Amino acid sequence: MMTSLTIEVGKVLLVLIGVLNLAAVLTWMERKQSAVMQDRIGANRASILGFRAFGLFQVLADSIKMFAKEDFVPPMGNRFLHTLAPFVSAFFALIGFAAIPFGNVIHLFGRDITLQVIDLNVGILYIFAAMSLGIYGVVLAGWSSNNNYAFLGGMRGSSQMFSYEITIGATILGVLMIFESMSLQTIVQAQGELLWGVIPKWGVVVQPIGCLLFLVAGIAETKRVPFDLPEGESEIIGYFVEYSSMKFGLFMLTDFVETILIAALVTTLFFGGWQIPYLTADGFHFPGGFTLSLSEVAVCLLQVLSCCTKVFFFCWFLLLVRWTLPRFRYDQLMRLGWKMVFPMSILNLLATSLVILLLQ
Amino acid sequence: MNSRELTFTERLYIIEVFKGLWLTSRHFFSNMKRHLARQLGLNRVERGAVTFQYPEERRPFSHRYRSRHRLTKREDGSPRCVACMMCETACPAHCIYIVAGEHPDPHIEKFPIRFDIDLGVCVFCGFCVEACPEDAIRKTSCSKILAYQSTNSPSSSSAISLNKGRANVDGILILS
Repeated sequence: MMTSLTIEVGKVLLVLIGVLNLAAVLTWMERKQSAVMQDRIGANRASILGFRAFGLFQVLADSIKMFAKEDFVPPMGNRFLHTLAPFVSAFFALIGFAAIPFGNVIHLFGRDITLQVIDLNVGILYIFAAMSLGIYGVVLAGWSSNNNYAFLGGMRGSSQMFSYEITIGATILGVLMIFESMSLQTIVQAQGELLWGVIPKWGVVVQPIGCLLFLVAGIAETKRVPFDLPEGESEIIGYFVEYSSMKFGLFMLTDFVETILIAALVTTLFFGGWQIPYLTADGFHFPGGFTLSLSEVAVCLLQVLSCCTKVFFFCWFLLLVRWTLPRFRYDQLMRLGWKMVFPMSILNLLATSLVILLLQ
Repeated sequence: MNSRELTFTERLYIIEVFKGLWLTSRHFFSNMKRHLARQLGLNRVERGAVTFQYPEERRPFSHRYRSRHRLTKREDGSPRCVACMMCETACPAHCIYIVAGEHPDPHIEKFPIRFDIDLGVCVFCGFCVEACPEDAIRKTSCSKILAYQSTNSPSSSSAISLNKGRANVDGILILS
């Protein structure tokens, strides 16, 4: 009893601390990556005892600054809701990771340990429920600030997130139909199969258009450039305009956590999760007949490493998109969402079901 | 404003998005390669960024660059300047201040007791050099015009001054 509880708590802490640290590193990575893309150097002055570590201490300096700043609540605003909003945002962004599998089932000391915080049989619904509830953070922040700009920002944010959530739902239906499960662990395990003995049956292979649409809708869901209309910090100012200090910091952290969540979801649903092509429980089995046997622990470590690498790659890719594309206008955003992405996801669904019906 | 009609592929947007991503990621990887080579000491010449880390690193200027003033001397070491006030008159920023005195040599009428140029006001146009009939003032390619402090003391509000009849260039700019 105690041991299994320890294992569960350990897994929760591992995922939580891992995600929070990756989010902190992403704030640094965003600045450095954009700098490298634009032939600049980026933040590199923060140092401890003259040791600069390529500006990594900037993250520490920023968080100290955030904590030390005045925590301002607008005089006519609702103090309780104003304080609650950033916590709602961050909380619902963070709990989504519970259903993301980061490794296969491992047998250690006579126990079966699933490398996933909780293997829900409706894992994907759980994640989207958490993401939808995250909208409350945006709406509350806009509403409780008693500021028209913040209010309009919150409205923009919620309508954008609702619109693209429908597209996300429609795109993943194709994946669910192919892998015939809602448990993310089962979906990842099913992606270990091979098509015609050669191509790994990853989601991106069987659902290429679904993958693209999911990425578009996912970026819109994170409210980052090119879909950063709810925030638009420089011109149209968004829902957290009345926030300062660590409350603002929480909203910023939520952005990065959501980026990681979308990266993790793309990895899990479309890029095989922890799967490595041709790697099964006892080692590599290449199509040419060449095999390389590995111990179970080595295989498990490789799989966890593969999952982390993929998530990190998609974080990098989302940052690349963020620093490449200009922002959409609001009508363009809605047109793209309702007239292009959503109908295409429905067509994709139709095509997928037709193919499945014909293959049966 | 007349903007060009978008072609069909441009209106599809997605192809243009991938073109843009290709461009920025190419920049990312080529710059990253240069940064890594520099960090590992493999290639010290190519830079991954156009930025100069200012206080530690100086941008190399052309030899033709002309900024700080220099007062030329005669063979005996006294300033060549005859305090004719041509440069002071020509100066559009009014940053030159000269106090003339009588020179003991009858062939040279005057010499400057004080010759101050406030580099905090100077616009580095070079008109003083053009105006000088005696070739007494020139500009050098020295780009080190900086100070950590500003001071309001009028006696030290000059960067280039004449002390005891000798042309003297002291190394700092004092912004007044």
